[in-house]
Amino acid sequence: MNKIRNQIRFLLNDNLIQLDTVAATTSLLDYLRLERRLYGTKEGCAEGDCGACTILVGRISAGELIYETVNSCIRFLGSLDGCHVVTIEHLKKKDGSLHPVQQAMVENHGSQCGFCTPGIVMSLYALWMANPAPNNQEIEKALQGNLCRCTGYEPIIKAAQAISSIDSAEHDPLIVERKQVMERLQSLHDHSRVEIKLENSHFFLPASLQDLADIRQTYPNSTIVAGSTDVGLWVTKHMQDISPIVFISHLEELHKIEIGSDGIKIGASVTYNELSPLIEKYFPHVSPYWNRIGGEQVRNMGTIGGNLANGSPIGDTPPMLIALGATMTLRCGSDQKTLAVEDFFIDYGKQDRSEGDFVESVYIPFVKDGSLFATYKISKRRDEDISAVSAAFCLHLEDGIIQEAILAYGGMAARPKRTSHVEKKLVGKPWSAASLVQALAVFAEDFSPLSDWRASAEYRSLVAQNLLKRFLLETKQPSKTISLDRDAILEVPE
Amino acid sequence: MKQQHDSAHKHVSGEAEYIDDIVEPSDLLHAYLGTSTIANGSIKQMDLSAVQSAEGVVCVLTQDDIPGSNDISPTGKQDEPVFASRVDFYGQSLFAVIATSRLHARKAAKLAKIEYEVEPHITDVGDAREANYPFVTEPLTLKRGDSKEALATAPKRIKGSMRIGGQDHFYLESHIAMAIPGEDDDVKIYSSTQHPSEVQHMVAHVLNIPSNAVTVDVRRMGGAFGGKETQSNLFAAVAALAAKKLNCAIKLRPDRDDDMISTGKRHDFLVNYEVGFDDAGVISAVDATYAARCGNSADLSGPVTDRALFHADNCYYYPNVFLKSEPYKTNTVSNTAFRGFGGPQGMLGGERIIEEIAYALDRDPLEIRKANFYGNDGRNVTPYHQQVDDNIIGQLVEELEASSDYQKRRQAILDFNAEKHIIRKGISLTPVKFGISFTATWYNQAGALVHIYSDGSIHLNHGGTEMGQGLNTKVAQILADEFQVDLDRIKITATSTGKVPNTSATAASSGTDLNGMAAANAAQKLKARLVNFACEEYDVDKDAISFEPNSVKVGDQYFTFCDFIRAAYMARVQLSATGFYKTPKIHWDRAAGKGRPFYYFAYGAAVSEVSVDTLTGEYQIDRVDILHDVGQTLNSAIDIGQIEGGFVQGMGWLTTEELWWDEAGRLRTHAPSTYKIPLASDRPRIFNVALADWSENREMTIRRSKAVGEPPFMLAMSVLEALSMAVASQDDYKTCPRLDAPATPERVLMAIEALKRDH
Repeated sequence: MNKIRNQIRFLLNDNLIQLDTVAATTSLLDYLRLERRLYGTKEGCAEGDCGACTILVGRISAGELIYETVNSCIRFLGSLDGCHVVTIEHLKKKDGSLHPVQQAMVENHGSQCGFCTPGIVMSLYALWMANPAPNNQEIEKALQGNLCRCTGYEPIIKAAQAISSIDSAEHDPLIVERKQVMERLQSLHDHSRVEIKLENSHFFLPASLQDLADIRQTYPNSTIVAGSTDVGLWVTKHMQDISPIVFISHLEELHKIEIGSDGIKIGASVTYNELSPLIEKYFPHVSPYWNRIGGEQVRNMGTIGGNLANGSPIGDTPPMLIALGATMTLRCGSDQKTLAVEDFFIDYGKQDRSEGDFVESVYIPFVKDGSLFATYKISKRRDEDISAVSAAFCLHLEDGIIQEAILAYGGMAARPKRTSHVEKKLVGKPWSAASLVQALAVFAEDFSPLSDWRASAEYRSLVAQNLLKRFLLETKQPSKTISLDRDAILEVPE
Repeated sequence: MKQQHDSAHKHVSGEAEYIDDIVEPSDLLHAYLGTSTIANGSIKQMDLSAVQSAEGVVCVLTQDDIPGSNDISPTGKQDEPVFASRVDFYGQSLFAVIATSRLHARKAAKLAKIEYEVEPHITDVGDAREANYPFVTEPLTLKRGDSKEALATAPKRIKGSMRIGGQDHFYLESHIAMAIPGEDDDVKIYSSTQHPSEVQHMVAHVLNIPSNAVTVDVRRMGGAFGGKETQSNLFAAVAALAAKKLNCAIKLRPDRDDDMISTGKRHDFLVNYEVGFDDAGVISAVDATYAARCGNSADLSGPVTDRALFHADNCYYYPNVFLKSEPYKTNTVSNTAFRGFGGPQGMLGGERIIEEIAYALDRDPLEIRKANFYGNDGRNVTPYHQQVDDNIIGQLVEELEASSDYQKRRQAILDFNAEKHIIRKGISLTPVKFGISFTATWYNQAGALVHIYSDGSIHLNHGGTEMGQGLNTKVAQILADEFQVDLDRIKITATSTGKVPNTSATAASSGTDLNGMAAANAAQKLKARLVNFACEEYDVDKDAISFEPNSVKVGDQYFTFCDFIRAAYMARVQLSATGFYKTPKIHWDRAAGKGRPFYYFAYGAAVSEVSVDTLTGEYQIDRVDILHDVGQTLNSAIDIGQIEGGFVQGMGWLTTEELWWDEAGRLRTHAPSTYKIPLASDRPRIFNVALADWSENREMTIRRSKAVGEPPFMLAMSVLEALSMAVASQDDYKTCPRLDAPATPERVLMAIEALKRDH
C-alpha cells in the first residue's frame, strides 16, 4: 500500500507552497491571479490558444531539471505537485532592473498594448535558455503559441535576436541555481500517492503506474488528465464536472521511450516535445508536420497517449500513426491489450476501450525500406491551428509496383479513417499519375466529409485528393517549384 | 525621435495594471450575462428560478431592475437594450446574474429556462438584401456628374460583385468593467473603453441619474481597435446597475468566447459595382452599392457605411459617380467600429474595380491605378465634393515602385508563372488615401488638463485613451517639448471623465491630432503665465525669457525648472491649466452629400509578393515593401509599430480571419481555436517598412504630423491582390479571378478551380 499524502507541494518562484484544500479543476492561472495576486500572468482566452498566460514549469525529467512553457489557463493546479512554477514576477533582478529578455523587448519596442507581453517574455525566456542564438524559424516556432494583435511581431522577433547581446543565459538565476532547485524538488518527492478530496471535488496523483491501475479500477469513471490541452477546455469552456481526476503527467514510467530495432515504444504521457528529437532522427519527413501541432506550450503539455485516448476525428497524430502501422497498449488492472491504432477508433466519440482502462503505451514502427511516406496538414492558418484535413500516406513498393498502400485521413469522417477503396485500386499498380487518377475515381466511396467552419465538404474532398497528387509529385520529382518554400530566409530590415 | 512606449517597462514585467489587475474592494461580487440561444424570435416565458437558486447567486437582474432607460444605443435610436425583451441575435443579453464568484455567476447564467417563439432568421447580408430586410439606419448617397449617362456612352463597361468578410477585433484583453458605488447617486466605473464619456452618459441614462454622478476611469486597455468604442457600454451599464442596487463593488468580465459571441465586429460587405472606362483604362464612371451586414441595431453602422462610401474612390478620380450604402439589419450581433471604420471595405471595392479593368485590358493593374490617380484641377474632386489638395500619391508610388524593384520583380514572376509550376506567384502594388477627421464633425474636439506641482513635477491628463497605440507617449513628448523638460518629469495619468469632460472616442486615428493639440494648448497657457510672472518678478522683457533644457533662462540668469516653478508658486501663479482644441475647416452636409468631412488625407502604398500552392490553396507572403506617410513623425518607433501592426492585422482580415455562422445563426468561430489571427510565422518573410520622411502635413496639425492608427491597415489590400494575380496565372491572366475576402486557402483553391472549369 502506498503512502497517501493529502497535500500538494510545489515551488512558486522562490517560495515553497503547500496546499491541502485544492479543488480538482482549479487552474494554475486562477490560483496565481485570484489567490496569490500575481497579476502579471494574463488570461486572454482560457483555452491555451493565445499564450497570454504563459509561465514556466520546471520538472525533473530523466534526472534533469527542465523548464518548459505552459499555458497556465488550462493547467490544473493539482498536477503541479513536485514542480517549480516560474512566473513573470520572478524575472526582474534583485536590484529591480529588467531581465535581459525584458530589456530586449523594451529596447526593440516589442510591446504596444502590453497584454500579451508577459506571455511573450516567458516564451522568449524559455527559448533563450535553451538556445541563446536562435534563427528566425526557431523564434517563430517558439512563438507559435503566443498571439500579439498590435505589433505584427516584427519588433518581437528583433527582441528575441537581441537578448544574448544584453547578457548570456549562463548568468541567469534559473541556470545558476538549477542544482539547488533540483534538490529542493527532489526533497518534495516522497513516492506517495497524492489524494485531495473536498466536498465536490476529488483528485489523485498516483504514486506509480501500478497505483494508477489500482485507482482506475476503484474509480472507473474518473477522468485521466495528462497534458490537459483538451480536457482543460472541458472545464474552462464547458464548465464540466470531471471529478474525480487522475493526473498522470508526473509518472516517470509513462514518459519512457524505448528505441528498438524496428520501432519506438513510448509511454502514454510522452509529450510532443519529448518525442520531437526522435521524430527528427527517425521520421525526418514528419518533423515539419510535428512542429505544426499546437504551439510550443501545447507541445510541452500535450501527450501522444492523450491525443489517441481523446478519440477526436481531427487529432493530429492518428493519421500518421495509422499509416505507420502503430499499435497501442491499453491496460486495465494488470491486464494488457494491444491493438492497432486504426482499430481503436470505432466511430465518432466511440473507441475500443473498456471501463477502468487507460492507454499505457504506443508503439510506432519505423518506415520500412522501400516505402514512401508523407504527412500533410491543411488548415486556415499554417501554425497552431486545428486541421481541416490531415493525411498520412505510406506506400510499400517493390520493383516500382505498389505492394501495400495505407492512406489515412483526419477531418474527413467521424473518425480518423483509411481510404480502403482507393488503396485497393492502387495495390498492384505502378506508382504513377495514371494509377492515381484511376484510383481517385473511387475516392467518393471512401469519404463524404462535413462542411463546417474549418472547411466546406467540397474543399475537403478536393484537397484530400490533391494531397495524393502532391505526394506523387514529391516522390517523383522533388523541387522548389512544387511546394511552398517556408524556409526562405527572413531578412529583418535595419 | 524613437521614444519607447511610456509603459514598456511595466508591460514586460507584468506590472502594467489592467482593470482585472486592480486591487478589488472587499466583498466584490461578480456579474455575468445570460444570453439568448436562438437567433430571432420572441420570448414566451423566462423562468430564472434555477438561476436564482444556484450556488453562490446573490441576485438576478432583468429589465425590471433598470431605474432609467433600458437602452444603450450610441446614436440614441432606442434599438440597443441592456436586457432584450425579444431576441434579434444568438448571444443577446437577456438578464444578468450576480454571484459571489465569477465561476458561480457563469454557471448560473446557463441555467435559465427560456421558452421562445422562434422566427426565421437571416445572418448573411446577401440574404438580407434579397429578403428586403430593413435598414438599421439611414443610407447615404454620394453623387457627382451623371454616372448613368457616362456608363451608357463608355467604350467599355464591367459589372460585378464582391464579398468582403467581417473581422473580430481579438484584442487580447476581453471586455471588462468594475463598478464601485459611492454616496448619493455616485458610481465609479473602471471600464476597458475607448470612449469613457459615452460609458458615463450611458450609465447615467440607464440609472436615471445625471452624468455628474458617474465617473469613468481607464488607465490603459489591452488592445481595442474600435471594439471598445461602443461595445463597453453593456458591461459597464450592467456592472453599475448591480453596484447601485446591491451597494457593492461589481466586476463583469465575459469569457473570451462570450466576448466574441456577444460583441460587434467589422462589417461584412457585399459590393455591387459597375464601371465605365476607355481603352487606356481611364475610368469615366462608377456606380456602386455597398450593402453591409449591420447586425441587430444601428450602433455605428451609419458612420461606418458612410466612411465606406467616402473611401470607395481610394486614390482615384471618378468623373461621374453614384455610390449608395445599404445598411441592412441582420440577425447577428450589431457590428461596430474596427480600425478603418468601413474605409477598408470601401477601398477594397474600389481596388476590385481597378483589377477588373486591368484584366479586361490585359495590363498591369499598377498602370491602371496610375492612369486614374487624382490629379490637378479638374481631376481632384472626390465623390463627396471635397477637393484633394494635399495629394502626394504619385510621388509616393513612384518612389516605392523604384525602391521595391517592382517592375523587375513583376517580370520575374510573370516568367516564373509562365513555366506552369504547381507554385504560382503574384505581386501587387496598392495605394492608400485615408481621410482624417470624424465625419461626425462635433467629435473633432479634445481637452487636456495639466498641473505643475510646486516640486516641478508635471501631471498630464487628456481625453484620449491608451490602447497600445502610444498616444500617451506622444502627448507626453509634446508636453515635454513645450516645457523643455525630460520626459520622466511628466506623469501620465488615467483618463477620467472627472478630469477632462465631454471627450470624444479615441478613434478615427485622431487621438494625437486632437489631444496632442489640447495638451500643447494647456502648456502654452501655463508658459504664458510663467513668462508674465518672470517679466514682473525679474523685470525683464518677454523676449529675454526662454524655456531651455530642464531650465528657464530669464535674462542672463538660469533657473532650474524646479526652482523656477517653486518661485512661481510662491508668487501665487496658477500652475494648473486646461487645454482645448477643435479641428478647423471641416464641415459636412450629409443630406446633400457635400462638404469637407476631412481635414487632410494620409497616404501610403505597399508592394506584396506571395506564393500560392495551386493544389491546396495554401500560400505565404514572401515579401512586403511599404512606404507610408505620417507627415513629420512625432515618434518614428511608434509610427512604424502602427504601420507594421496595422498591416499584419489587415493581412489577417483578408486572409485567415473568417467569421462563420451555422444554420442556427450561431457564430462558430468565437475563440482563438477557431478564429485565426496572424502568428509570427505568418508575417511577411521579408518586411521593409519606411516612412515618407519628406512629407509634411500641409495643415497646421501638431508638429505637422499625420494620423497613423488606421491608414496602414489598408496597405494589406496588396496581399489580396497579389494572391489574385497568382490565381489569375491559371488562365494566363485572361480573367479577373474575383477573389473575395477573406482569401482563405479554401477560397484561393476554389478560385483556381473556377478558372480551370471555365477553360
